[in-house]
Amino acid sequence: MLDHLDLTKLVFGRLSWNAIPLHEPILLVTFVAVCLGGLGMVALLTRYRLWGYLWREWFTSIDHKKIGIMYVILGLVMLLRGFADAVMMRAQQAVSFGENLGYLPPHHYDQIFTAHGVIMIFFVAMPLVTGLMNFVVPLQIGARDVAFPFLNNFSFWMTTFGAGLVMASLFVGEFARTGWLAYPPLSGIAYSPDVGVDYYIWSLQIAGVGTLLSGVNLIATIVKMRAPGMSMMKMPVFTWTSLCTNILIVAAFPVLTAVLVLLSLDRYAGTNFFTNDLGGNAMMYVNLIWIWGHPEVYILVLPAFGIFSEVVSTFSGKRLFGYASMVYATVVITILSYLVWLHHFFTMGSGASVNSFFGITTMIISIPTGAKIFNWLFTMYRGRIRFEVPMLWTVGFMVTFVIGGMTGVLLAVPPADFVLHNSLFLIAHFHNVIIGGVLFGLMAGITYWFPKAFGYKLDPFWGKCSFWFWQIGFFFAFMPLYVLGLMGVTRRLSHFEDPSLQVWFVIAAFGAFLIALGIGSFLIQLVVSFMRREQLRDVTGDPWDGRTLEWSTASPPPAYNFAFTPVVHDNDAWYDMKANKFERPTDGFIPIHMPKNTGAGFIIAGLAAAMGFAMIWQMWLPAVLGFVAMMAAIIVHTFNYKRDFHIGADEVVRTENARTQLLAAPHVHAS
Amino acid sequence: MSMPPELTLNPTAGADAPRYYLRDEHHPENGTLLGFWLYLMSDCLVFACLFAVYGVLGRSYAAGPSGADLFDLPLVAVNTSLLLLSSITYGFAVLEMQRKHLRATLVWLGVTGLFGLGFLSLELYEFAHLIHEGAGPQRSAFLSSFFTLVGTHGLHVTFGIVWLVTLMFQLGRHGLTAPNRRRVMCLSMFWHFLDVVWIGVFTFVYLMGVLP
Amino acid sequence: MNHDDHGHGHDDHDHHDGGHAPSTLKGYATGFILSVILTAIPFWLVMGKAFNNSSTTALVILGFAAVQIVVHMVYFLHMNARSEGGWTMLALIFTLVLVVITLSGSLWVMFHMNSNMMPTMHEMKVRP
Repeated sequence: MLDHLDLTKLVFGRLSWNAIPLHEPILLVTFVAVCLGGLGMVALLTRYRLWGYLWREWFTSIDHKKIGIMYVILGLVMLLRGFADAVMMRAQQAVSFGENLGYLPPHHYDQIFTAHGVIMIFFVAMPLVTGLMNFVVPLQIGARDVAFPFLNNFSFWMTTFGAGLVMASLFVGEFARTGWLAYPPLSGIAYSPDVGVDYYIWSLQIAGVGTLLSGVNLIATIVKMRAPGMSMMKMPVFTWTSLCTNILIVAAFPVLTAVLVLLSLDRYAGTNFFTNDLGGNAMMYVNLIWIWGHPEVYILVLPAFGIFSEVVSTFSGKRLFGYASMVYATVVITILSYLVWLHHFFTMGSGASVNSFFGITTMIISIPTGAKIFNWLFTMYRGRIRFEVPMLWTVGFMVTFVIGGMTGVLLAVPPADFVLHNSLFLIAHFHNVIIGGVLFGLMAGITYWFPKAFGYKLDPFWGKCSFWFWQIGFFFAFMPLYVLGLMGVTRRLSHFEDPSLQVWFVIAAFGAFLIALGIGSFLIQLVVSFMRREQLRDVTGDPWDGRTLEWSTASPPPAYNFAFTPVVHDNDAWYDMKANKFERPTDGFIPIHMPKNTGAGFIIAGLAAAMGFAMIWQMWLPAVLGFVAMMAAIIVHTFNYKRDFHIGADEVVRTENARTQLLAAPHVHAS
Repeated sequence: MSMPPELTLNPTAGADAPRYYLRDEHHPENGTLLGFWLYLMSDCLVFACLFAVYGVLGRSYAAGPSGADLFDLPLVAVNTSLLLLSSITYGFAVLEMQRKHLRATLVWLGVTGLFGLGFLSLELYEFAHLIHEGAGPQRSAFLSSFFTLVGTHGLHVTFGIVWLVTLMFQLGRHGLTAPNRRRVMCLSMFWHFLDVVWIGVFTFVYLMGVLP
Repeated sequence: MNHDDHGHGHDDHDHHDGGHAPSTLKGYATGFILSVILTAIPFWLVMGKAFNNSSTTALVILGFAAVQIVVHMVYFLHMNARSEGGWTMLALIFTLVLVVITLSGSLWVMFHMNSNMMPTMHEMKVRP
């Protein structure tokens, strides 16, 4: 057997210089740009000697606030890639009619729409949502950190390395061409023998582990670490929605893990789960992946609903209307989200009785969401509304999301879905709810909590620009798609024969251009806000006259969040404290018990990613070594019992005194 | 824009303690056992998926051998006994831990590990035999589901044994400290959970698999 | 003397955490014996071909499995409604509901799909 042992094959697998797409000009240009940008960043970091700082203060941090910020940065960076994919698709579809084949061959176009979906869902929306929950929830419940701070860091790096694998697919090999859910048989080894689907599988598996552990972490945090007096029904609504979201994460992601394992076994080991022959059933993949997929979209939108609740209540100056019904609605949505999954494949052939059941459950699930809209409106009614930027995003959401919800109920009717399934109507619907719901919510949340994280507000002018470009751009980009879908145009096409459709695609491309301006405005907003940060400074820690506990801390909060653990007596705990003339303690500080930073999360996740890369390219020896190294790193980490330290009382005194002075000093700032 | 709150103390009526904060160090309850239980629930759902796949594809023999042709029930009965015994020996380990007997705890943990290894060896033997007979996981969807479901359980047992050995070293080094006791309880939950899954496996796969 | 890294009496907290009742030999022994019985009977039923009807056998052994799972939960996993303030039980119930939905839902959906979408022998014969 030894003479068959080809060491080169064992080490390099099917990785070769051919994997680098030198013949694709678009990729080549992108690669050069990324290289230059990357080298520029490396040069800057080295010039200002920031490597040590980055490693010590950020990469190894187990502070939920820093981890939350890093998640948001990851999501925003990946948004640029996901949006670039979108622009490329819009440009292609606007011109590719009749003899004009556009500039993207199908082989490339198919990777773009796949990558667009995978990146936007897994590496933009999920990290942004996770980042906000991570940053805000411990502060809102009066805790110092999450239940498992090291696990939090590890989860972040697993997500990031998963994103890294997707980015690597751009320059080494290629990505899947199967659509973001990679249905077999197309994603099986017979029809996708190349590395694309393997990149898909491994990046999602690695990121998925991170997400699952993050779910466990936040549930344990909310259950166990609430401040004394904060009963479940006194929690802020964002915390409630976070709890339900993380329950969905823990309940749904295992299904994704299992299904992707089965797909990998089909691809790597020749099993027959989803093959066309030897007893396989590809429809079972579709069934299982949507058992994950539907709860996933609620994982994305529930935190957004929570954000809107906080924003509406704060900027209407009123307690949220119908707190209990909001909580019940969220819980009902959580449970019902498990009973609707078949509406994603009405047309696959389960028949009328099955389709009717799921059609009805789908329509029922829209009811609690509708109840929430009414509650927000009733909160605003007779409130003293301040149209700060988060409130703009919220009102935009109410209009936009409701339209998307209505088209969803339309699609829930099986006979209608038989006409509209996989048409552009469907694409318009889900972008309607994801952009109108999730993205608008995230923008509202980022704007709302930015001052808490960084100590200064975001510039409102550029925030308004961003909002209006997004809002108007969305309508131009996606309303034409509803029309096209009703006319019968299918999704994921890179070329059309009927020239009468072109005008709609051109309008949609214009919409994409407006959204690009919206994203550009947001980036400008970040830069301008940083430059004007002294004028935008938040000195008090409570720039919006907020109602929940996070606003009782400094902006940004100290590492330990609260010098003394707060005691809660009512909903809207901070509002209650302000109304009762709470006096912030200025002495008697004691040492605070905190977890230590560690590089173990980065290392273990890095080894997992290395193993994933090796598995993708069938580099069996590195894969095995990577796996063994990862297990060893995990075991070594468990031998580390010294994971805590105390922040000395003197340091707490210094930090709190600095805040006391800041609060006492007269301050003038322009908005 | 908001103004800083006015500074007037308003203590709880009748008590010295401030109303809105705790002066003493506050330790939230440890979340490890709950966190681990939640992880186990997620693992339950992984197995649920695999059981669902087995349920749907478990009769797709593709003109190949069926469960009735292949399953050796006496062997499965022995395996079941080994796993059940390992559950009770882990229980004895926990009892000794409660009595703070480090050495006895280690002994029972070791016995548990040996039973686990016995279980794995028999299972590997069974798999090797099936593959040798041409009834490997590639033969049919039924066999793919069988090997994956039973194999995933076996993989979990393997990880459990690795964890057990690691824990024995850590107990040897640090003794029955609070973190170590929590780890023993977590592994206990894991180990018993694997036995629960096995109940499902031997019933749904093996016993029902031989029924016509 | 156990050295706790934290220094102060954190050991005390563990006893208050989640209301864990200590395990007992009696508990484990009871669980063990019940499990042995609940395992032996299904094996005997199947190997001895006790019932003529497969469906009956299947239902009966599934019933025994369900009971044995409960035995394991109670006697080995110390499942009770007080543990972790009721959250353990709640998590278990939620998981069980989802397991039932996943299993029965998949079986229902796929059974209908297969019967609608898999060609029958007649249809196979008349294929071009």
